[in-house]
Amino acid sequence: MPGLSGRMSTVIKAKISKLLDRAEDPAETLEYSYQKQIELLQNVKKGIADVVTSKKRLQLQEQKLRDQVVKLDTQARQALAAGNEDLARTALERKNVAQTELQSLDSQIAQLEQQQEQMTASEQKLRAKIEQFRSRKEVIKAQYSAAEAQVKISEAATGVGEEMADVGLAMQRALDKTENMKARADAVQELEAAGTFEDLTQLGTGEDDIDRQLRQLSSSSEVESELAKMKAELGSGSPSSAGELGAGTPAGEPAQAEQAGPSQGQAP
Amino acid sequence: MIVRIATEGQYELTESDAEALNELDNRAVSACEGSDEQSFDATFKELIEFVRKHGQPVAEDRLEPSDVILPPPDVSFEEAKAEFSGEGLIPG
Repeated sequence: MPGLSGRMSTVIKAKISKLLDRAEDPAETLEYSYQKQIELLQNVKKGIADVVTSKKRLQLQEQKLRDQVVKLDTQARQALAAGNEDLARTALERKNVAQTELQSLDSQIAQLEQQQEQMTASEQKLRAKIEQFRSRKEVIKAQYSAAEAQVKISEAATGVGEEMADVGLAMQRALDKTENMKARADAVQELEAAGTFEDLTQLGTGEDDIDRQLRQLSSSSEVESELAKMKAELGSGSPSSAGELGAGTPAGEPAQAEQAGPSQGQAP
Repeated sequence: MIVRIATEGQYELTESDAEALNELDNRAVSACEGSDEQSFDATFKELIEFVRKHGQPVAEDRLEPSDVILPPPDVSFEEAKAEFSGEGLIPG
């Protein structure tokens, strides 16, 4: 068959025949193939463990990012309560970025989970094939002449070899994806580290690169509407009235007054 | 005939399915050569679905090489194109 599929199988078959050419004695070829299969099975197990480790690390980062969202929200409230609307806006912009990242991290982790399941299934399939190869190699060694054995070996080894190549490919793809996710998560962590309240207070003198990036990344309309909502919740109509926050809070909302109260103490 | 979807597994298809498969394959190839990503994505998806729908999964204890090996279902257009530059998805 020409085209895409033909090329793929040609590449795999060439790889396998290269593997088989290394030994000339049929019994030796069989043992060599079997030994290679066992080695790969070990590698697959290690590969799955790597994927699991990376997934756990991403889940950890996901949790940190969740905490960061909560923290930035609190900081925005605190800043607003203290009358610093610019600071509140910056915090909300960062929160917006963190939330977007969180969403993509969520779906990436789900993808990784699926890949892990698939690889575990592949490992079991490969194990079954290797077991089949092991029993077949004893039959071939016992029952066939050297010439016949060569043909039988080639058939069996190609079957297992293809499975091996395929599992190897699946593993490589899973690990590549994991690497990409890690790089992305690391970049987010840098943003996260920059998003502390202490840093935000320094912004009065001017914006740094990260802030400009953040502004570009985040949807300002979302930030503005959230800011408006927060203002309404805090009951602070204008930033100048922030000093009298306690008095300005509607009597019907004691919970929010409580929230605004202590934040004033923490504000710079 | 036995068809493998790379990273997924082997399926057994009838000889009469082979023609339809070949037709889809040729369309995928020409989409790739014509750098038509959208058409490639659609055709390749159709190709994979065809194998999943018409094929019987091959038993785990059967040691048979595939007649045809398709790239992984999540193959990117760039990877698919590289497949035609000779190096292939699984470099020697």
